[in-house]
Amino acid sequence: MSAAAPAGFFDDLRSISLRAIRLTWRDPEAFLPALVIPVFFFVVNVGALQKFVEGSFPAGFDYKAFQLPVAVVFAVTGVSRANALVLDIQDGYFDRLLLTPVRRVTLLLGLMSADVVLIVALATPVALLGVIVGIRPATGFIGMVAFVVMAGLWGLAFTGFPYSIALRTGNPTAVNNAFLLFFPFAFLTTAYLPQASITGWLATATKFNPTTYLLEGMRALLQDGWAWAAILHSLMAIAGVGAVSFSLAFAALRGRVKRN
Amino acid sequence: MTSALHTQTLTRRFGDNTAVDGIDLEVAAGEIYGFLGPNGAGKSTTVRMLTTLLLPSAGSATVAGFDVRERADMVRLRIGVALQEAALDPKQTGRELLDLQGRLYGLDAGQRRRRVDELLVLVDIGDAIDHRIGTYSGGMKRRLDLAAALVHDPEVLFLDEPTTGLDPSSRAAVWDEVRRLNTERGMTIFLTTQYLEEADALADRVGIIARGRIVAEGTPTQLKRSVGSDLIIVRCRPGDTQEVARILSTLDNLGTIEASADEVVIAVERGAKAISPVAVALSEAGITVEGLTLRTPTLDDVFLHVTGERMGEEAA
Repeated sequence: MSAAAPAGFFDDLRSISLRAIRLTWRDPEAFLPALVIPVFFFVVNVGALQKFVEGSFPAGFDYKAFQLPVAVVFAVTGVSRANALVLDIQDGYFDRLLLTPVRRVTLLLGLMSADVVLIVALATPVALLGVIVGIRPATGFIGMVAFVVMAGLWGLAFTGFPYSIALRTGNPTAVNNAFLLFFPFAFLTTAYLPQASITGWLATATKFNPTTYLLEGMRALLQDGWAWAAILHSLMAIAGVGAVSFSLAFAALRGRVKRN
Repeated sequence: MTSALHTQTLTRRFGDNTAVDGIDLEVAAGEIYGFLGPNGAGKSTTVRMLTTLLLPSAGSATVAGFDVRERADMVRLRIGVALQEAALDPKQTGRELLDLQGRLYGLDAGQRRRRVDELLVLVDIGDAIDHRIGTYSGGMKRRLDLAAALVHDPEVLFLDEPTTGLDPSSRAAVWDEVRRLNTERGMTIFLTTQYLEEADALADRVGIIARGRIVAEGTPTQLKRSVGSDLIIVRCRPGDTQEVARILSTLDNLGTIEASADEVVIAVERGAKAISPVAVALSEAGITVEGLTLRTPTLDDVFLHVTGERMGEEAA
């Protein structure tokens, strides 16, 4: 007599998540560039622009603290197991999972849970690099933790986009091209200069870009202290992006597991 | 008879194409049912409906007593499935994959450990069970896929072309395991195949599907007997087959005569007695005969008999 029974939501979530975490560490080429590239840009940007930008602003403006959130956001944005999900679909392993009693929603939530672990693992060393190069957060250690958490929430909120593409297309090329979505988020914003220095159409674009508010909240933690208005705007930007990307991703999951 | 699987006018359409066209199936508990047909006949689509991956467009199906449309959750708990392509994750080890399967079926740690140990005998890959699946050979992957379908000890096992692409020894190992599961555990097995000898060797009953419809059903012996006790095969030039069939239709004591591209198949009750008159009639008519063979019927002959085409011709 078979002992099979539905495992339950949390057991399913844990099983799918643990598999994803295990496989993430077997796939270092998938996440190491996400660590190396932002560190590289941080070093280059600070080296090239620090004196110029700090000389153009009132004394006390710390360009390294200004750039650190950009490096962390670059590190965590677009990190996901979407490529692995596409391979599961192509290899038929996704069908094998669908043949089990697993709760369908955990097939995506489990991957996202694993992403959170990876995102925090990527954001933490970049944040530590900031401390090593002399950044002293105005909000102290707690503020630095909040800084990493905020980056983690942003990274999680963004994962819905590659997952929705993976689930809708089952195509690795389409998923790889999802990074193009990141460009307007990353560059039509205050990545290099404060809002006050940006003019014309780019100034307008930055106002509508949620990354602008995210960066302001994170910079506030480093430079201004517990500036609640900026932090709240930052959390709202994360929630807005998350609402859109998660809606797309879970709609795509429904389409993928629908038996039509 | 307890029914493990029952379908009624089961139909699946993809746009204008009807892949499965109103099939009725009844498979008893503990039976091995062979579902035989060429590529594209509708076998895999049927399996995907019966295993809850695909909804029927019309008709109904119950598996292990539960409706596949309404109670897919209950069906999933009671079936094991090895799909046509081994559905594995190359980055996990064999042991990790089996353990995850067990977790998703709600087995506790002790049950999982015990089942994995039991299945290691089936998988028979030694220490490689702790290596990544991406390093396995095709035969090892097939055996692991079968083991993954068995982790939760299902009542009904679906095997979709389980030996396609396997070497003869791996194929024999899968056949042995299918027989063992059926005889020792009483497992109902629904086996699709395009290999006639596989259906012949394993199945208690065979259903032949062509273009989405069941065209014949019965035990292998019954099906072969429906063609005749013996078959005389006349191989001739492609343009001569109709003429050969016409000449032979004038002889007494011959059964059905089927002409295909380059051969004519004659069903007879006593082949040894009938072959001489056939040879004489063709010789007197001036027909160039390239081969004249007497043999017992195969399921391929049954397929030819009921569809007018050989399996390979249908697939093409």
